[in-house]
Amino acid sequence: MSEVEYTAVRELRGPLLLVDGVAGVGWDEFALVRTADGAPRHGLVLEVDRDLAVVQVLEGTSGLDPRRTRIAFTGSPLRIPVGPGWLGRTCNGRGEPVDGGPPVFAPDTADVAGAPVNPVRRTPPAEPVLTGVGAIDVLTTLVRGQKLPVFSAAGLPHLELAVQIAAQSSCGGEPFCVVFAGLGLTHAEALAVREGLGERAAAGELVLLLNTADDPVIERLLTPRIALTVAEHLAFTGGRHVLVVMGDMTAYAEALREVSASRGEIPARRAYPGYLYSDFASLYERCGRIRGRPGSVTVLPVLTMPAGDITHPVPDLTGYITEGQIVLAPAAHARGVYPPVDPLSSLSRLLRSGAGAGRTREDHPAVAAQLIAALARARQVRELADLVGQSALGPADRRHLDMEDAFLRDFVAQGQDENRPLDAALERAWQVLLHLPAAHLGMLPADLLRRRLRATGGPGPAAGPGAPPPGRAGPTGAEP
Amino acid sequence: MGAVTPGGVPEPSVVRVAGPLVEFGYVPGVAMHDLVLLGPARLPGEVVAIRDGVATAQAYAYTGSLAPGHPARPQGHPLTVRLGPALLGGVFDGLLRPLDAAGDRLLAASGGPPPDDDRTWPFTPRARAGDTVAAGDVLGDVPGDPQLRILVPAGCSGPVQDLAPAGRYRADDPVAVVGGTPVHLSEPCGVRTPRPVRERLAPRSPLVTGQRVIDLLFPVARGGTVAVPGGFGTGKTMLLHQIAKWCDADVIVYVGCGERGNEMAEVIAELSRLEDPRTGGLLADRTVVVANTSDMPMMAREAGVHTAATVAEYFRDMGLDVVVIADSTSRWAEALREFAARMGELPAEEGYPAGLASELAAFYERAAVVRTLGGTTGSVTLLGAVSPPGGDFTEPVTAHTERFVRCLWALDRDLAYARHYPAVSWADSFSRDAAPLARGPAGQDDPDLSARRARVTRLLAEADRLADLVELVGITALPPAERMSVLGGRLLREGLLQQSALSPADATCSPARTAALADAVLAVADACARTADTAARADSVEEVDFTPLLRAREEAGPRETAGIAAARDTVLARLKEVR
Repeated sequence: MSEVEYTAVRELRGPLLLVDGVAGVGWDEFALVRTADGAPRHGLVLEVDRDLAVVQVLEGTSGLDPRRTRIAFTGSPLRIPVGPGWLGRTCNGRGEPVDGGPPVFAPDTADVAGAPVNPVRRTPPAEPVLTGVGAIDVLTTLVRGQKLPVFSAAGLPHLELAVQIAAQSSCGGEPFCVVFAGLGLTHAEALAVREGLGERAAAGELVLLLNTADDPVIERLLTPRIALTVAEHLAFTGGRHVLVVMGDMTAYAEALREVSASRGEIPARRAYPGYLYSDFASLYERCGRIRGRPGSVTVLPVLTMPAGDITHPVPDLTGYITEGQIVLAPAAHARGVYPPVDPLSSLSRLLRSGAGAGRTREDHPAVAAQLIAALARARQVRELADLVGQSALGPADRRHLDMEDAFLRDFVAQGQDENRPLDAALERAWQVLLHLPAAHLGMLPADLLRRRLRATGGPGPAAGPGAPPPGRAGPTGAEP
Repeated sequence: MGAVTPGGVPEPSVVRVAGPLVEFGYVPGVAMHDLVLLGPARLPGEVVAIRDGVATAQAYAYTGSLAPGHPARPQGHPLTVRLGPALLGGVFDGLLRPLDAAGDRLLAASGGPPPDDDRTWPFTPRARAGDTVAAGDVLGDVPGDPQLRILVPAGCSGPVQDLAPAGRYRADDPVAVVGGTPVHLSEPCGVRTPRPVRERLAPRSPLVTGQRVIDLLFPVARGGTVAVPGGFGTGKTMLLHQIAKWCDADVIVYVGCGERGNEMAEVIAELSRLEDPRTGGLLADRTVVVANTSDMPMMAREAGVHTAATVAEYFRDMGLDVVVIADSTSRWAEALREFAARMGELPAEEGYPAGLASELAAFYERAAVVRTLGGTTGSVTLLGAVSPPGGDFTEPVTAHTERFVRCLWALDRDLAYARHYPAVSWADSFSRDAAPLARGPAGQDDPDLSARRARVTRLLAEADRLADLVELVGITALPPAERMSVLGGRLLREGLLQQSALSPADATCSPARTAALADAVLAVADACARTADTAARADSVEEVDFTPLLRAREEAGPRETAGIAAARDTVLARLKEVR
């Protein structure tokens, strides 16, 4: 550690501090900013040009007086302690405990920026993380080592869903823990998260990092990196399966944009910096499994799409990096369905790696594929019915509408504290599918379908199991 | 500072570091695009600007802790890679350094010499000592599958003064001396300049991809260029993986450019598991993977695409057919944009540098069928994925790429959401190779191809047009003939164009089987149209169970056609019973 302190602060602008006369300061080095009064602040070197260093101050520059500020550079990128000492702790966005306990202590430290994983040393994700949320476990199975975001919009219960997933998830009895990084949460939300995850924290299976909306914006750039650094160590050294829940990533992207603007960088789409994709990738890509090591890091980012626009840079670039997405739909929410998952725009690209015989259940992939295909048909029928009226529909089309109603009512809808086992969720999926005649279940392997029909004494190719409950033709025309 | 190079010139030092942009003092002897090693860790970089006594380098490694005052060591030559038999089956980073040799994490890798490679390859001489040879002539073979040749390097000619006997040699062992120049089993080669050829030829023979929608509707010629634009979730990577696995090229160069680490792991694992149907060896043995995942240094993406093209040209010069698959060119363009912004260049469209179009054109122009310097024929086919932000095909990278490629396989989000894979849109895609391939004398053993393609295209277009109408008035309001067109379109989509990457029987499809499936579906569509002469009979036809026809593609092997005719006949018999 360099003991030299520099005092020649030339400029303070937004979160940036420019200091003159430095020597031997490297790019991306970690700096300590000391003021005459108050706690030391932390900074990162964004650029060094001869003897000028541009430092981004993580706690913000508010209250800094250029004449009374001293900067010391540590000679290395920011490192934090890592180890099981984090488990059960609640910290702010900089990793300082807010649970009244002592600072997190650990013998090991790690660089918060992480290092790229050698792609030839990665093991492709396999085996599921079961969330206890039926719609997710069956249709968009979360796989160990995967990155799967939740795309939401303002006013939807994405935080509730994130907390439910964090509280309920498990890995079939193997060591498991959750790192939850709240970004730009309101205090009410932060409180709800702490309450919702209290049990998990008490069990020593949770690391909670909470950056609130009134914390310095810039701190949000650090929070997910601390979360991932802690998670990587818990996983690849500690041998646990770690689920990292981070949200709201839109708040993170705004912090990035703010720093970029203060630096006068050339903006790309919607004034976000051109490196937004690479920056997101530097976070999301830290998930995975590594050959020859136990454990896995699974990342579940949560983000709100501004104005519900899926082409907005934040969801768009996230979608390009992640392996699928879980999309929440305002229309389903308006019908009172929780979780309001939109099955057709949601997708887990790794479903086939995490589901099926030996992982979940043999019939799982086929049931999921058939359900999606039937829902796609039902949506077309719904659009048609809105135009021409239900009476103009053929019998098969009407059965599809019944199936869609049953899907939302019997399959998706679930209590916020209901932990639904996968078997129960798959049974519900079968019941929903059996609203359709067998001729429309062509994606299910024939023997599987025959066995099922025989077992339930269900519908033959022509007739249904009595009349399905009268489907409420709800006001669903507005579904995206 | 103050250090002096052996030449007596003061060694330059770093003056500014901003991410991958590093500036150092210019000294005589530094030229544009020269390799420079930065700082104590000797991070590789490339000189991209020289101005007012300051040279600017783009660094190909993480520059953390690099500081002003650190040494910068210009190497006096451009970025160079070593091309040799060790490439096949290997996984490399953007500078062609083997990743197998690296650890779990890629720390700032140094630009120093590569680790020793003790592996050996068989060499059989073909020339004789005393022969007079010129660049491109064959000196010897490296037997294997594919069989490699050791050629006289460009710029080298004269009598063969020495030639190694048959035996096993290491990659850097000399195997011949030509005109005083030693020739090694592997040769150094700059990545920025295309390798010389005798002449370019017109692309005439098709590259069979094994994907029905492509081979039937939007075929690509060997030596052609393809752009595959698609928003996220449309199955771009999946389609490219399928082509990497099943297309009938001799060598595949797969460049993962700013894409997912898990996907690279997946493709590497799959290639090492799957058997090459043509040779019986592993698919990995005909593949070179250049992996630059999105968390690896951004500027190496830029080097990676050129490195891949150079590797492809190396195999092409041996007379092989090579396919380069770049996923995704948008991430490469973003690296260009990022660096241009740091350089303070004036931005053009959406912040991309004004040179974007010419960079893209230069890359795609490296595809060709050529007569090599040695007189044989070889080809490089380029496939580039494009990831348009927001799925907007008017954005600069997509818009410019479209202008330079011969085929466009546009992926459609609606198809993908309906789980119709591969989601190649028949309305928005094009193939400028289709017409010359249909005319071409070579490799064209199916005279019905154009007619079949035209019928399929017509029926799909008709069904699409009617689909809009059906949404307004309902299917039953249409006359029977139109209803049968809608039905025919559905049968084509589900029975022919959809292809399951996960089904062993359907993952790839031979041209003969594609033709058989297309003919079967068209025959059934014809029968439907003949049968449904009244609205009541149209109702009945729509209720017919077409499952055997729709499942034919997933049953029997990828090269078997017998089951298809049986499925067709079953469905035709059912149609006969319609009253």
